[in-house]
Amino acid sequence: MNRLWKEFSKGLWNELPPFKVVLGLCPVLAVTKTADNGFGMGLAVIFVLTLSNMLVSSVRKVIPAKVRIACFIVIAASLVVCVELLMQAFAYPLYQQLGIFVPLIVVNCIILGRAEAFASKNPITYAIADGLGMGIGFAMSLTVLGAIREIFGYGTLFGVQILGSWFKPFTFMVEAPGAFVCLGLGLAGMNALTNWQRRLKGLDAIEGPKHDCASCGMCNIK
Amino acid sequence: MDYFVLIIAAIFVNNIVLAQYLGNCPFIGTSKETGVAMGMGFAVVFVATMAAAITWVVQRFLLVPNDLGYLQTIAFILVIASLVQFVEMFLKKAIPPLYKSLGIFLPLITTNCAVLGIAIICQRKQFSLLETVVFSIASGVGFLLALVVLAAIRERLEMARIPQSIQGTPIALILAGLMSLAFFAFKGMTS
Repeated sequence: MNRLWKEFSKGLWNELPPFKVVLGLCPVLAVTKTADNGFGMGLAVIFVLTLSNMLVSSVRKVIPAKVRIACFIVIAASLVVCVELLMQAFAYPLYQQLGIFVPLIVVNCIILGRAEAFASKNPITYAIADGLGMGIGFAMSLTVLGAIREIFGYGTLFGVQILGSWFKPFTFMVEAPGAFVCLGLGLAGMNALTNWQRRLKGLDAIEGPKHDCASCGMCNIK
Repeated sequence: MDYFVLIIAAIFVNNIVLAQYLGNCPFIGTSKETGVAMGMGFAVVFVATMAAAITWVVQRFLLVPNDLGYLQTIAFILVIASLVQFVEMFLKKAIPPLYKSLGIFLPLITTNCAVLGIAIICQRKQFSLLETVVFSIASGVGFLLALVVLAAIRERLEMARIPQSIQGTPIALILAGLMSLAFFAFKGMTS
């Protein structure tokens, strides 16, 4: 039970994607125009990540090592097709808002990275806990980033006006440049926080997490 | 003239990285040196063009006639993954010098969402085969341009004194934001 909680909770803070584990940046930048969109994308990722971790873990002993990446891709892609069909049926406006980033969940490094780094080596219960934790962490980050950009860019939060009529929308925040700058400052803030905590403990400051393509299993494809 | 507009729009106005947020992982990950950035950029141009053309054929002659449109995502990613493997094997045997310069980037490209993204955009905009090829070359060149420029800026920054928390990925993202702001000036040039 203890370990189950550990695997679940690491995605919520210690390895929070995309701030502590810098992966899957495209959807983070693209769909965080509003908190709604970020949350919707987060839910889709929770669904795909948890189920893909579960499936990968349950077939991990059957799949030959050489073709494992191809198998992970097929598993992820089938789940993404399920998400696409579900969204078209029950959340069509959201599906249209997210656009091509729904099918692109399949190439989100977090999905394949967790499959390769965790699910393919661990029993099914831990894999589900890991997927759920990472997914919830990712959804939280997307929602928070979306909320910040929405408040400054439109003066609303989840579509509700929260800033008065004195507020002039800061359109920069909801356009492409704002996405990059916001995420950059978010990462910088996270690094500063980590270093501040380390200094309180009397440790030396460290450099922030590297954006590391190698942490996603695809790069080892052979 | 239409094709000229298509090319300008794909390279500058709707730049694949800076305006459409695609392919950010390699954009941040391989932009530390100009040489590496060039290699990655050309590999993307090459693979994206082939992938878009082949997926166009798959969509038109395999998925649509059999009413399998909902399998688009799974079919496209499989085509791209196997294409990358074939290109790698072919280059290794046939053109070793090219393999030496592009080879290490090829495996990275399967999960490059720019490649899958370009293929899907071409389908959603209902391009013809020729338009698909022109659009994907232009988008690839846009990616190459953004990547090389970012790499050149980051090389200059090596010597600069930057606060520790902003070093690495955060400064790269902020630089990308400033580049994106510059590219924003192209908005409205084409419809």
